[in-house]
Amino acid sequence: MTGLRNKNFIRIILLKVPVILLFVSVLNDYDFNYSGLKYFSFNFSYILIFYYSLKKTESLGYTYIFIAGLFNDVVIGTPIGLSSLMYLILCVAASYLRNITLRPSLLKDGIFFLLTILIINSLLFLSLKFIFNYELNYFDQIINMVFTFLFYFLFSNLFNFFENYVVRNNNAG
Amino acid sequence: MEPSRDDFVIALRSAFLKKGTQQRFSLLSLIFFSIVFLILGSFNFKIINYVKAGIKEVVYRSSFIVSVPENLLKDSYLRIQNHKKLYKENEKIKSELEILKAKDLLNEFIISENQRLKNIVDDHLFKSDTIIAKVLSDKSSPYLRSIVINKGSKHKVNLGMVVIDGEYLVGKIVEVNYSSSRVLLLSDLNSKIPVIVEPNTVISILSGTGKDYGVIQYSKKYEDIKNESVIYTSGAGSLFKAGIPIGRMNINNLSDEKKVDFFSDFSQLKFVKVVSFKKSENK
Repeated sequence: MTGLRNKNFIRIILLKVPVILLFVSVLNDYDFNYSGLKYFSFNFSYILIFYYSLKKTESLGYTYIFIAGLFNDVVIGTPIGLSSLMYLILCVAASYLRNITLRPSLLKDGIFFLLTILIINSLLFLSLKFIFNYELNYFDQIINMVFTFLFYFLFSNLFNFFENYVVRNNNAG
Repeated sequence: MEPSRDDFVIALRSAFLKKGTQQRFSLLSLIFFSIVFLILGSFNFKIINYVKAGIKEVVYRSSFIVSVPENLLKDSYLRIQNHKKLYKENEKIKSELEILKAKDLLNEFIISENQRLKNIVDDHLFKSDTIIAKVLSDKSSPYLRSIVINKGSKHKVNLGMVVIDGEYLVGKIVEVNYSSSRVLLLSDLNSKIPVIVEPNTVISILSGTGKDYGVIQYSKKYEDIKNESVIYTSGAGSLFKAGIPIGRMNINNLSDEKKVDFFSDFSQLKFVKVVSFKKSENK
């Protein structure tokens, strides 16, 4: 009986891993988005949201994403609602890609992801620079975008592994 | 209408409006909420401000808790690194201590002499109220170089108060919540403070760069600024007390930029002092 309860608990935790990861990445002091290294930064939240909105919509609810965006704004000091908007646009893009894709391929997903983050970061840059008068470093944004795109392939495989082997095995067992 | 255009519209409409089994809101409604938040937030709408304050309290606290394991790892790594350096540093420090002891005696004499002279010329002395605060979050974002501390209006922290690490200037308070505050670091792009470069007494402005160093700007006597010169607050504008050490010039011959390396490492702040300086009556 206790074993069954433990198993259920682990199953629930494993199903909630994407949400936990999202909130930890948003709240954590150490953000991959700005790691402090000179020419290296990437946005882990973008990768996580895009992947799960594309492949496992049920794992990461839109409401959680919206709240994570609000939290992110508070943590990094951007106008409240801006990150939520960007995250949700990412979800729209992922959802659109899911609707039009018949045969999924990682490369196509990656290229679509690159286009989406290009649009999102441009929107972010324009709104912060011209509406909210923030000083931004354009070069940092480019670096961030390039690494986010490159890391999508790595994390996509990691998430695939996690979903296919860890979560599925636990459900089957 | 062409079939491909139809497909596009259907796919897009579905992306915006379709809800999963466990989704309470569609993407469109959440996007609408975000835009409402943004617009009302920019107009300082009262309800949004309350929501913001609530989220801030929750986020700052939970951010601190979430960061505990990672901070623990970071601290352990730093501790190991420090142990490695310890022996060499000990030898060096011993020899430096002897020199400093001698200098300290001289300093004590100079301080008392300085106070005596200030009294004679009827200059004001500064009195300060100090609040020790713990750094809750030192997240560096590409948009804002700031830290969040665990003292707020409850502890009589006010906007514009000076934040110091040891004896070195770190920044100033730019946002005060009930039990937490945000400190804008000197390295932030929007930080500009009046400074004095010694030796040669060059009055200038220190600007943040968004990176881990600052730059000297708006000075007419650039040629008088030498490498290794020390930067202090000038006291102009009455925000900062004059003479708080900030950093050291790091002039590279290859670039025209007048770089300043801060004395305090902003990425390693654990506790800071929040200080307000008031002019006190001469005794």
